[in-house]
Amino acid sequence: MRASVIVFPGSNCDRDIAVALTAALDQKPAMVWHGDTSVPPSDLIVLPGGFSFGDYLRSGAMAAQSPIMKDVVAKAKAGVPVLGICNGFQVLTEAGLLPGALMRNRDIKFLCKDVLLKVERNDSIYTSQYKAGEVIRVPIAHHDGNYFADDETIKSLEDEGLVAFRYVDETGAASAAANPNGSVNNIAGIYSADMKVLGLMPHPERLISPALGGSDGAPMFKSLTEALS
Amino acid sequence: MKARITVTLKNGVLDPQGKAIEHALTGLGFEGVDEVKQGKLIELDLTDSDAEAARARVTEMCEKLLANTVIENYAIELE
Amino acid sequence: MNELTHGASLDGGEHPEPVDVTDELIAEHGLSADEYKHLLEIIGRTPSATELGIFSVMWSEHCSYKSSRYHLKKLPVEGPQVIQGPGENAGVVDLGDGQAAIFKMESHNHPSFIEPFQGAATGVGGIMRDVFTMGARPIANLNALRFGAPENAKTRHLVNGVVAGIAGYGNCMGVPTVGGETNFDKRYNQNILVNAMCIGLADTDKIFYSAAKGVGLPVVYVGSKTGRDGIHGATMASAEFDDQSDEKRPTVQVGDPFTEKLLLEACLELMSSDAIIAIQDMGAAGLTSSSVEMADKGGVGFDMNLDLVPQRETGMTAYEMMLSESQERMLMVLKPGSEPAAKKIFDKWDLDFAVIGETTDTGRLVVRQNGIVEANLPVATLADSAPEYQRPFEKTAAQPVVAAEDLPDVEDLFSALNSLMGGAHLCSRRWIWEQYDHMVMGDTVGRPGGDAAVVRVHGTKKGLAAATDVTPRYCYSDPYEGGKQAVVETWRNITAVGATPLAITNCLNFGNPTRPDIMGQFVGCLEGMGDACRALDYPIVSGNVSLYNETNGIGIPPTPAIGGIGLIDDHDKLTSVALTDEGLALILVGETKGHVGQSLFQELLTGDFNGAPPPVDLALERRTGDAVRELILSGKLSAVHDVSDGGLLVAIAEMCLAGDVGVILEPYQGQIKREAYWFGEDQARYLLAVPAGEATGIIAELSKLGLETSQIGLSSGKEITIKGGGSIALQTLRTAHEGYLPNLLA
Repeated sequence: MRASVIVFPGSNCDRDIAVALTAALDQKPAMVWHGDTSVPPSDLIVLPGGFSFGDYLRSGAMAAQSPIMKDVVAKAKAGVPVLGICNGFQVLTEAGLLPGALMRNRDIKFLCKDVLLKVERNDSIYTSQYKAGEVIRVPIAHHDGNYFADDETIKSLEDEGLVAFRYVDETGAASAAANPNGSVNNIAGIYSADMKVLGLMPHPERLISPALGGSDGAPMFKSLTEALS
Repeated sequence: MKARITVTLKNGVLDPQGKAIEHALTGLGFEGVDEVKQGKLIELDLTDSDAEAARARVTEMCEKLLANTVIENYAIELE
Repeated sequence: MNELTHGASLDGGEHPEPVDVTDELIAEHGLSADEYKHLLEIIGRTPSATELGIFSVMWSEHCSYKSSRYHLKKLPVEGPQVIQGPGENAGVVDLGDGQAAIFKMESHNHPSFIEPFQGAATGVGGIMRDVFTMGARPIANLNALRFGAPENAKTRHLVNGVVAGIAGYGNCMGVPTVGGETNFDKRYNQNILVNAMCIGLADTDKIFYSAAKGVGLPVVYVGSKTGRDGIHGATMASAEFDDQSDEKRPTVQVGDPFTEKLLLEACLELMSSDAIIAIQDMGAAGLTSSSVEMADKGGVGFDMNLDLVPQRETGMTAYEMMLSESQERMLMVLKPGSEPAAKKIFDKWDLDFAVIGETTDTGRLVVRQNGIVEANLPVATLADSAPEYQRPFEKTAAQPVVAAEDLPDVEDLFSALNSLMGGAHLCSRRWIWEQYDHMVMGDTVGRPGGDAAVVRVHGTKKGLAAATDVTPRYCYSDPYEGGKQAVVETWRNITAVGATPLAITNCLNFGNPTRPDIMGQFVGCLEGMGDACRALDYPIVSGNVSLYNETNGIGIPPTPAIGGIGLIDDHDKLTSVALTDEGLALILVGETKGHVGQSLFQELLTGDFNGAPPPVDLALERRTGDAVRELILSGKLSAVHDVSDGGLLVAIAEMCLAGDVGVILEPYQGQIKREAYWFGEDQARYLLAVPAGEATGIIAELSKLGLETSQIGLSSGKEITIKGGGSIALQTLRTAHEGYLPNLLA
């Protein structure tokens, strides 16, 4: 499986995702500079976390206008899987590949902590190694992770089963207390209509070994390897 | 020509920063503040001389980059 | 005067226009009449405005260490692990396998009081530049923060701003902020302390220094453009506050972490080539101190044309440009011919790159603007002639040892414990560190909340442990013992995770050094630190001094913040404070004498800290710590915690809360007062958790080394219980412990 990681000025989880992908794929991903105009042939494109362009103006707004994004959008529309983590999710919404927007956290503060997520379905290329409904522990680290979309969009996401992950408590309930940032319906990640594009605020690449405090993020990369190799 | 663009959150979109400001004002003893909304002010120095053309261009800038119309409104002032 | 003739013979070139020097102008530049006289002797003529500005920053306390240098020289700075001690941008310590840790701590106190967000943010930005300017990629940030009383109206605003500022900068840079400490004390009401520490990782054969050796080499400016930011910030950082301080707002710089992230990547990319001969970040006093230090260390002159400096504003004078503290800038001296390749890298990262001058053999700093020489000064004299004062000092009077019997009796130990754990001194700092991205870079193997934070040396099994500590109330009561304790506390914290302490950096925050009592605190603390470092083979490799932390004559308690680092070869052997299993024996190592003077328990009961602090036995600390570390590395221990602030019962509670497992404790039946046993702050103590079956063997092993060791309890349930002496539910403690800061700051 060939993966490409897009590097924007201000990306800072590009190395982390490269480490996670290399561990899962046994092959290093290509690191692609935002100023390039085409992504090399890839089975997976990743938009990493960080503060692209300082997150000035709006998180992800300027990265979404980077030269490389035209090709990312084209490839996504042609069915190439695109994974956006944290800032990458923000870029995906700004680029129109996913609906909605990520707004300032409910409590205004940057928040870095482990949260519990419910894996809504396990029939995607990203989640086959999880159980449907499984509760996993993955960290968040963001200032703007408060997912918002208008009622109609939320309804269609829910009706079509495009919510990928939800913030939940230990029992799997999407309670208000389990919602770290005010996201509508506790939404932590969503799929595109064809389930090939995934954007999520939590960082699965940060918990891939017990030494780091957990490995609940690892099955996502294993799922991708299985699906795309 | 100068363009002044005010970007604000749409009605009905949660504005945590506005809420925090409201909370702080109340904390400082300012009463009678019902609602606070915060936004952005963006000023552009334009070389355009034709106001209508300038407005069209700035509108495009807002739609494409300066505002996220999923959550934000914008207003353009030219002078 | 030799300097005079020497200078006159060398300066053959043009003289800048002299300025009309009044007493007020001298005072505004933070110079004394004697210092100005000395300046005249050195240059042999009246200075220009730019020259006066250059002298004022070079001779400021911040840059020259004029009050502290004499005493700093006595600190131990050497050891087999030390690659570079004080005097460079940061200290360098060998990690083996061709890698080195480069680290330093620095204060940004006054700017953070005036504008907490930007002050703290630029403090973090500055210390990271110090580290990556030497070729290291920053891998961990820590901090040491002191705020005023929690009930003080301004404290909430300051804590919110400082924490957000640290978060804003470090998070954007993608460097994890993994540890630190925060204190609240009314004596910091008007003078908060914001000390930021950064640790970087470099290859030992790729370390960059600031000595600009060679003549005719291009002097290159990179990074952000220069504006009128923070003009005279360095002088401000050396001046006492008064009620007019609110008017000083314009001198605070604004940080741009995005640009610094680009600067970091661009510098590291350039450093992978051999283009750089010398590099120095433009910190306090910007272009002035960077150019003087680089030229001085290289034994050359610099001839710079300010017209070539990238500028953000129009009409800036040479004076303003030389003193500007605009952030995210670097000065480099490159190999001739390497400029185009270097420029290409900075273009890629969208950063300014400008050749602004060259090195010369004249030994002079020549600054030109609009074809006019604005400054023409002898570099070596400028760098070395800063005044050095041996300020008079008064030794702090010894305080009596407070007898435990003199404190009121406490019926309910657990109520006292709950008050301590849910109070400002000991409450959970989660509200703070959850705002810091402490996991980015994917190597955080010891997260905040433990004794020391640990980051993996990327791609290896090694772990780098780090902790910041000082107990200002101990230092105030007895500077010597307090200085020792500050060093020892970091050493213990690093030991408690299983790492071997390597070296320290420090941030020496004190009041006005022209007061003999303050100078006495300074001298006492340094003596204590020095003795501790020698006893532990734990040298000081970098540091920073921040004096004049006082307002309207009220000084802060002496606060020599220490930042220590240590190394563990296999991070899988790390231990944490968390008591995660039932059936573990809790073992106390070290002697408990029930020292209550200066303890948090004393303050809880009497409302104040009094008497002598607990004495520190350095030899005993070393023996105890070495034995504990050996046990950790042998894999026999399930959890370890050092006993410090708040005493034994607090340390036990912290272990229980961290692992969510309770403990049943043996009642105390010894000679000292019961309360003093549970809450005294005697040093050199650790708590170990071991499988119950192993306890006897471990106790015997430690006792054989002459260390007082006993089993004091067994982990079980969800309560802390003293047999026959009551109990408290962990949930109750947790609510108090976790609730304090959010309630205070929300």
